[in-house]
Amino acid sequence: MSDTTPTPHGAALLGAGTARRSLGTATPATRIIGLLTLATMTWVVVSAFFITSPDVVQGDSVRIMYAHVPAAWVAYLAFVTTAIASGISVVRRHRTLGFDRVAGASAEVGVLFMGLALVTGSLWGRLTWGTFWQWDPRLTTTLFLFITYVGYLAVRRIDATPERRAKRSAVLALLAVLEIPLVHFSVVLWRSLHQEASVLNPDGDVRLDGLMLFTLFSGVVAFTLGFVWLVIHRQRLQALVDLQGTVGLDSAIAARATEAVLR
Amino acid sequence: MKDLGFILLSWSVTLGSMALLALATLRRAKSLAARVSDDQKPWL
Repeated sequence: MSDTTPTPHGAALLGAGTARRSLGTATPATRIIGLLTLATMTWVVVSAFFITSPDVVQGDSVRIMYAHVPAAWVAYLAFVTTAIASGISVVRRHRTLGFDRVAGASAEVGVLFMGLALVTGSLWGRLTWGTFWQWDPRLTTTLFLFITYVGYLAVRRIDATPERRAKRSAVLALLAVLEIPLVHFSVVLWRSLHQEASVLNPDGDVRLDGLMLFTLFSGVVAFTLGFVWLVIHRQRLQALVDLQGTVGLDSAIAARATEAVLR
Repeated sequence: MKDLGFILLSWSVTLGSMALLALATLRRAKSLAARVSDDQKPWL
């Protein structure tokens, strides 16, 4: 059998012994993204710990901000990506599963980063506010957003065909993304303990020292690269999982057909 | 000193979680990809 010869049951080669198989979901492009992530992340850690000065108000606890702010940014980015990919999967009739996988992978990574934003924010809050948690508008809406996307991931795991899963989860993703403006503007809409944005504020005034701003920006770049790397790999992983499910079903049907002929 | 502990904890949790997710993803992908031929992988 040649490297690309399909099996009798579809083109899948699950279990075949001689077909060429590369290991994993990596490609040269993902390797470059991975290396860039490691390099920028190393710079951010070195700068956050050893180069930038303590903040005049927050002191050393500002060093947590270089992880907290990029994590929150990536979580927003991930959930918006999930909504866009879900929207495309609903509008386009063909190739919808690829977009659905991107939506799912992005939500998984987004939940991780939202969780990290909550944990790092809580640790920073203990140092700055003297408490790990307050039922403040920003914190509460962020927790609500986190729980919503955990629910989204749970819905994706309900047993269904990939097509049904795509349709069902797209509806939820398009509704869930509406929470993001509420979270972001909660500090403006209500009286909040959480500070307003230091960079992307409505009056356009950047309230950060140059090196601190550069470190924060580098953090956003590093975390975004990490997000891209993770989403690419996880959506490919989902493709493999879906393929395995299809192949498993094909094999079961073929086995039943063989049984029927033998009888 | 307490500040340093919290800062280190924040960064360890952040970098550790990202690394764990990346490693778990690669490991699972490696295991699944070994059972599927390359012509079934649209990214190759």
